[in-house]
Amino acid sequence: MNQAIAFYVLSAFILGFAVLVVSTRNTVHAVLYLVLNFLAVAALYVLLTAQFLAVIQVLVYAGGIVVLYLFVVMLVNLKRPPEDHSAPQRHSWIGFGLTGLVLLELAVIIAYGSIAAPGPANAQNTDLAMYNVEKIGMLLYTDYLIPFEVASMLLLVAMVGAIILAKREL
Amino acid sequence: MLLSTALFIIGVLGVMLRRNIIVIFMSIELILNAVNINLIAFSYQLQNGIGQVFAIFVIAVAAAEAAVGLGIILAFYRNKETINIDEMSVMRW
Repeated sequence: MNQAIAFYVLSAFILGFAVLVVSTRNTVHAVLYLVLNFLAVAALYVLLTAQFLAVIQVLVYAGGIVVLYLFVVMLVNLKRPPEDHSAPQRHSWIGFGLTGLVLLELAVIIAYGSIAAPGPANAQNTDLAMYNVEKIGMLLYTDYLIPFEVASMLLLVAMVGAIILAKREL
Repeated sequence: MLLSTALFIIGVLGVMLRRNIIVIFMSIELILNAVNINLIAFSYQLQNGIGQVFAIFVIAVAAAEAAVGLGIILAFYRNKETINIDEMSVMRW
């Protein structure tokens, strides 16, 4: 029961901060709300027995990515708000109709999916929670070794690409 | 599931409705976060660690995407002095 209460409180925080991120005019404020959102998501990961991922979330998202965003916001240095003029061709009813259809489909899937949602098996409940890092590491270095290496190559390529893009001239 | 879907929808709305490209990138991060929540929720339901492994991959890809995307924004801003996507309609200049 405590877990359910914590889940709903965290969900409310996550959704509220997400709405604030999208709706705030000031970009710096939006980035700061994004930090709070990521921290709430990390707390949710702890609740869902993914402690290692919670740590990774705080380090990578709340630490790295958000600092990157803040740097770019400061560098870009808005002289005028970019949302002043409106583009009338964007208010297309076809787009809204398609969006409504997709959301309806999602709602139907959720409605059918949530009827028979099984609860977690209590017998093994402590297993994944207690030995989280060991389990993740074991999976990552045995079954998923090749995707892991591919991800590391992707990060290397992204790093080189970002440096080349940000250089003034080659 | 519902939380993940709602966060995903907020992210998609952010991508569609905002004109500031940095806010659009943040909305993409929200979408990836929604995917991560879904993966971890299923990992918890099924007591299976594979979902968390995939969430790690999603985080790695999100970090790479953020780095490259923000590099592109900086390069573009240096050339065009704008971050409004309505003015970003040229492929060459």
